[in-house]
Amino acid sequence: MEEFAALLDALVYTTSRNRKLALIAAYLRSQPDPDRGWALAALTDGLDFPAVKSSTIRNLMMERVDPLLWALSRDFVGDTAETASLLWPEPADAAPQGDLSVAEVVERLSALTRTTAPKELPGLLDRMDANGRYALIKLATGGMRVGVSARLAKTAFAQAFDVAVEEVEEYWHALAPPYAELFAWAANGAPPPDLAGVPRFRPFMLAHPLEDGEVDLKDYAAEWKWDGIRVQLVRAGGETRVYSRSGDDISASFPELLTVLPMDAVLDGELLVRGTAQGGEAGGAASFNALQQRLGRKTVSGKMLKEAPAFVRLYDVLLLDGTDWRDHPWKSRRATLEALMPRLPASHFDLSALVEAEDFAALAAIRDTARDEAIEGLMLKHRDSPYVAGRKVALWYKWKRDPLLIDCVVMYAQRGSGKRSSFHSDFTFGCWDGDPDSGAELLPVGKAYTGFTDAELKQLDKFVRQNTLNRFGPVREVKRELVFEVAFDSVHTSKRHKSGLAMRFPRIHRIRWDKPAHEADRIEALRALIKD
Amino acid sequence: MTAPFSWIRPEPWGIHIVPADIWVDPSRAVPRALVTHGHADHARGGHGTTIATPATLAIMELRYNTREGAVAAAYGESVALGGGVSATFIPAGHVLGSSQILLEHAGERVIITGDYKRAPDPTCAPFAVTPCDIFITEATFGLPVFTHPPIGEEIGKLLTARDENPDACILVGAYALGKAQRVIAELRAAGHSDTIWLHGAMEAMCRLYEEHGVALGDLRLVSDAPSKDAMRGAIVIAPPSALNDRWSRRLPDPVTAMASGWMRVRARARQRGVELPLIISDHADWNELTQTIARVNPQETWITHGREEALLRWCELSQRRARALALVGYEDEDD
Repeated sequence: MEEFAALLDALVYTTSRNRKLALIAAYLRSQPDPDRGWALAALTDGLDFPAVKSSTIRNLMMERVDPLLWALSRDFVGDTAETASLLWPEPADAAPQGDLSVAEVVERLSALTRTTAPKELPGLLDRMDANGRYALIKLATGGMRVGVSARLAKTAFAQAFDVAVEEVEEYWHALAPPYAELFAWAANGAPPPDLAGVPRFRPFMLAHPLEDGEVDLKDYAAEWKWDGIRVQLVRAGGETRVYSRSGDDISASFPELLTVLPMDAVLDGELLVRGTAQGGEAGGAASFNALQQRLGRKTVSGKMLKEAPAFVRLYDVLLLDGTDWRDHPWKSRRATLEALMPRLPASHFDLSALVEAEDFAALAAIRDTARDEAIEGLMLKHRDSPYVAGRKVALWYKWKRDPLLIDCVVMYAQRGSGKRSSFHSDFTFGCWDGDPDSGAELLPVGKAYTGFTDAELKQLDKFVRQNTLNRFGPVREVKRELVFEVAFDSVHTSKRHKSGLAMRFPRIHRIRWDKPAHEADRIEALRALIKD
Repeated sequence: MTAPFSWIRPEPWGIHIVPADIWVDPSRAVPRALVTHGHADHARGGHGTTIATPATLAIMELRYNTREGAVAAAYGESVALGGGVSATFIPAGHVLGSSQILLEHAGERVIITGDYKRAPDPTCAPFAVTPCDIFITEATFGLPVFTHPPIGEEIGKLLTARDENPDACILVGAYALGKAQRVIAELRAAGHSDTIWLHGAMEAMCRLYEEHGVALGDLRLVSDAPSKDAMRGAIVIAPPSALNDRWSRRLPDPVTAMASGWMRVRARARQRGVELPLIISDHADWNELTQTIARVNPQETWITHGREEALLRWCELSQRRARALALVGYEDEDD
């Protein structure tokens, strides 16, 4: 564990991407199997020890530290694992017991149950120093937060063993930690893992935002950018799986899609639920709000399957009937997809229609109507583009419509986590429920923590500290003085909020230091924008 | 009959000793002041009379140009303040010249610690435990997560980083008064005799320390370096504000280090873009604070600034009387 703890610590303090890659690559080269495989899984949140939760750690600490001292410390540090690693009382008679390997730790953590965890964890924590305890708790509870994305880890792996990152990505998602076959292939020269018959993930092709430029519609085809979640549907060896954009297997949340693909294929599309909010009757998709109810579930009730049935609106075909179409131009793949549609059940599949327009200006006019249909914007795809992993310039663009804007008053501020743990960076804001000059109140309408620069963050933090009315733990209520111009994609009815509405993707567009609070918008202005 | 200790009154801008009409570490200009040490949140110019140790007065003269009205008091010397109050300056172990101030009036003894630490420091006299009725303590690192490791470990980390980066330099952010000189003195004690390069803001204070008998070895200014290459493999010391400043562009690929007690918390180091956190503080850590209160064993503990809530809680748990004073303007973001 010592090397793994040292790696985590080094990653925490390294901001340079190249330095991070070098650190991970050096670790992967120097460490034995299966330790390095487990470490890789830990870095990319690929491990789960259900018996150990953040609350398990907190409860252990409560038996050892005064609850108020714990709360004050946790609040200041901003991270449960780190606070616990610092406050854990080290045994006075610490006889050295030697370092545990990552594999031994994983084995012990896997064997824990809810009942045994509180009895077994202290023995492990007693064997380590503060850095080791931090690594152990992070390993056990997940969420490393050391700025290592799955993509970065894969790149580091490819760099460590001089193999292609695309190949790593394809094998990775088909294998389970500690990825023995992956290391055997890349590090020890074994043949690549045999994945025929495994419904494995292929890296998605992504789009760049289209900023101010234009494209020629002779070269580019346009499609609606539907507001669901991008998925890859894969069938191989008789088994179908649904993957999210990050390569996570989300099949369990959408059982109705696992039995309806009649041939081996890899298809790219938007997962939506039936409704009318997007594209009206003809579009047949509900708002993102409805889809959200279905996300992240390990089991799905029959009622939910009936009330919010999922389907896939297809964008692209990667593999079909044993042919890999990814090197073919988009127009050939599109023709293949159109020809495929009659073979797919209409109950669970439809085709993402092309949006035809005379020229770019006409397309822009069509895009502007998209708001009425609760669609995010348009996709522009080069007609000759192959299907390549990641974002490649000039092949695909996303052309989102302009956001909606509204002026809100800051009501509460909360300290951030991690890097922002000493700054008030999460803001709750509201709109007036009537005329503020006749005593109307503010109703909270949303929360945002992005859209400002580091310099503005400091100014906002100062404002919060100087205008605090009340404190509730890490949350401060502030004087109703500061106006944010908030940008958002859409607004929906919501029973969860007092104001009866919820914004989608709210972010702080501008800080209106100059605008008096009573000139901020009223709640009716926001209600008028609801399209459910 | 007056109530016990009614002669000493904490106000938002300092502690007032009523019968002598004199203030301790006031944050605004007053006719008469006692100053514990030279840091800007405790010492300021503009007082009519300033009573402090000779080293603190020298630091104040250098920083705030306060020559007039300076009255020196040596460690252990008792000064009559008037109104039946006397003051005695006692080493606090924080920085050169730093003191606790023992105030005595009508048989009652009050100690104001200013800032202090208990860990050894080659650049200043060590904290002396002194009995009193009321102990007025700081609490900058008053949370149990703050434990400062022995400084030798941290200096070891710094020297290792320097050995591992022969083509770069290690840029250490350190408070210009106290921390910088302590880091240099500890590096010398660890056998590092190479030139240490300084930011211009450090120079005068280092010279003052040397005049007060603290040997710092071969020091040179970054602005006098003949080239970037001259500083490769070297240690450079600058105030924390210069770490991410344009000033650091003149250095050869600096590895950014920071010597501060806040470096115990990962998020604090990341916020400042620190790659090599060195947990070195001139303040008492949690164990030093609690052990000092236990050793001094006063009737009552007053807590001036920092994380006072947690230290209050500790006092409550150990059945000690305590209260927090709401003083403004004392906070040490860079220590």
